[in-house]
Amino acid sequence: MSDRGRFLPLGAAALALALVPLFGPPSYVMHMAVQILLWSFIYTAWSIMGRFGLVSLGHGAFLGIGMYVPALLWNLYGVTPWLGIPLGVLLAVLSALVIGWPCFRLKVVGHYFALVTLALTEVARLSIIAARDITGGSLGMTPKPVPGGHSWWALQFVDKAYFFWIGLGLWLFGLWAWRAVDRSMRNPALEAIAEDETAAAAIGIGVTRLKLEVTLISAALTALGGAAMGQYLQYLNPETHAGIGISLQIVFAAIAGGMYAMLGPTVGAVLTLVLTEALRIAFGTTLIGAANTIYGVLLILFIIFMPRGIVGLIEERLRARGAKA
Amino acid sequence: MDIFLLEAIVNGILLGGVLALLALGLNLIFGVIDVVWIAYAELVMIGMYAIYWLHVFYGWPLLAACAVAILGVALAGVLVHRLIIAPILDTAPINQLLATGGLLFFLQSLATLLFGTNFRNIGLKLPIIEIGDMFLSYARLMAFVVAVLGAILLWLFLSRTFTGTAIRAIAQDRQIMGLMGVEPKRVYLIVSALGGGLAGLAACLLVLQYDVHPYIGLSFGPITFMICVLGGLGNLLGGFVAAFIMAQIISVGGFFFSIEMSYVLAFVFFIVLMFVKPQGLFSK
Repeated sequence: MSDRGRFLPLGAAALALALVPLFGPPSYVMHMAVQILLWSFIYTAWSIMGRFGLVSLGHGAFLGIGMYVPALLWNLYGVTPWLGIPLGVLLAVLSALVIGWPCFRLKVVGHYFALVTLALTEVARLSIIAARDITGGSLGMTPKPVPGGHSWWALQFVDKAYFFWIGLGLWLFGLWAWRAVDRSMRNPALEAIAEDETAAAAIGIGVTRLKLEVTLISAALTALGGAAMGQYLQYLNPETHAGIGISLQIVFAAIAGGMYAMLGPTVGAVLTLVLTEALRIAFGTTLIGAANTIYGVLLILFIIFMPRGIVGLIEERLRARGAKA
Repeated sequence: MDIFLLEAIVNGILLGGVLALLALGLNLIFGVIDVVWIAYAELVMIGMYAIYWLHVFYGWPLLAACAVAILGVALAGVLVHRLIIAPILDTAPINQLLATGGLLFFLQSLATLLFGTNFRNIGLKLPIIEIGDMFLSYARLMAFVVAVLGAILLWLFLSRTFTGTAIRAIAQDRQIMGLMGVEPKRVYLIVSALGGGLAGLAACLLVLQYDVHPYIGLSFGPITFMICVLGGLGNLLGGFVAAFIMAQIISVGGFFFSIEMSYVLAFVFFIVLMFVKPQGLFSK
């Protein structure tokens, strides 16, 4: 399949999507759409490294850093998010470097890698809680609103359409980054590393450097997604936006959708958000926790029966049909 | 020396006992089955709720409630292995870790669904012991003693019984031991029950000191994983020693800074040490 043939429909779909807010859909629909776009971007960012066997539980840290740095700079010093967001991304990349470089040099892989990155996530969560004087601790914090609520300088908008377009842009950017990794020599090399690290090193692949590159890209995009999420929600909480819970949520959505396919994480985002909303409506607020119970069981079933996710399964079916024809 | 600092150090030793017990169970499972149960602390939470309900709601004597909790969590351990781990035992180990992550979500939200988010405690007032000018909690002291006794019992079981020897043999070489007549599947089930039982025992000790709520697993789950990795995943003795080191950092760190900062210190210590000794503190 040629790239051009594949991207034309995607481009048309993106353009059609961009026009959606102009028809003034209900606020609830817009809210769901913005969340789906932003989470799709974050899940895609995770999968950019996850698909090469680098299963990180540290993305809660990158997300939290990306969220809190611009919000704190804005609240404490009035620094615009236009400066705060790049700083947050930079800090996330630095922390990824601090964790990633020694891990990859010392060949910390598999569940060791997952547990070391989990430590990073906990450091982020607990640091935010410990700095409760400025972050509000477990109670969370709100970036100071601008009068009128609409400001490019503060990146705060009352109209959800702005965040829809930002989310759409980020999501397309995430897919582009995925393709860029695929097209460079990195993809075959990284797949070789995921298959057999020692053999890959033996044929001259710079294992440490490649893994580090893809990790830093993933961390940067995740922090960017976190920043956008924080600006949109206008509420930051260490328990839900840093820590093991959010890290696992990212991993699961990516797996459910299919982390090996470009649109897999997006499908995962749609699936998990629609499911969560459906269960919330079905059970209301009387049965708190019911939704997540079903969610947890589904995740176990996915990993056991469909480790390549929904998109992976569809691809398999299509391939089988193609082979038959 | 400052009496409060001394008190923090002694409390750290006592905390270390419980953490060591948690690490033992997790390490046993890892060493033998090569699986990380990321929901291990949530199994402890289930045990704590079981004790709470049996003791407070149904008025069972505390010891009977504890016994049932230990057996119940041991059974839960067997179920975790049969239902979640066994079907994917041959796939990449990270899949098993993530599948038990689904279990973590499930147990957390099930507890919220059944019991709400209230903090509950069994309302047992144990005396405070006064040694010199230090105040020590009786519950902590008891937890420490029971944890150490549990560890010794486990060690005796592993070193003195046939089953224990088979377990250690499987941990060393899965393939060969199958040929020697040890049935790995049976050993895995026994180890899962043992690991669950240790989680149940930890639940008995923790319920004396802490309120139980659906998210309590998050407060000592991650630190337990770090302890296991620090001691060398699967290395029982290493994990045991690492538990006391981490507990000391947490307790003394909490004395100088805040409790969250002391945990941050412990995790940073862990990360730094991973780079000096990636295979654990006691690797050669």
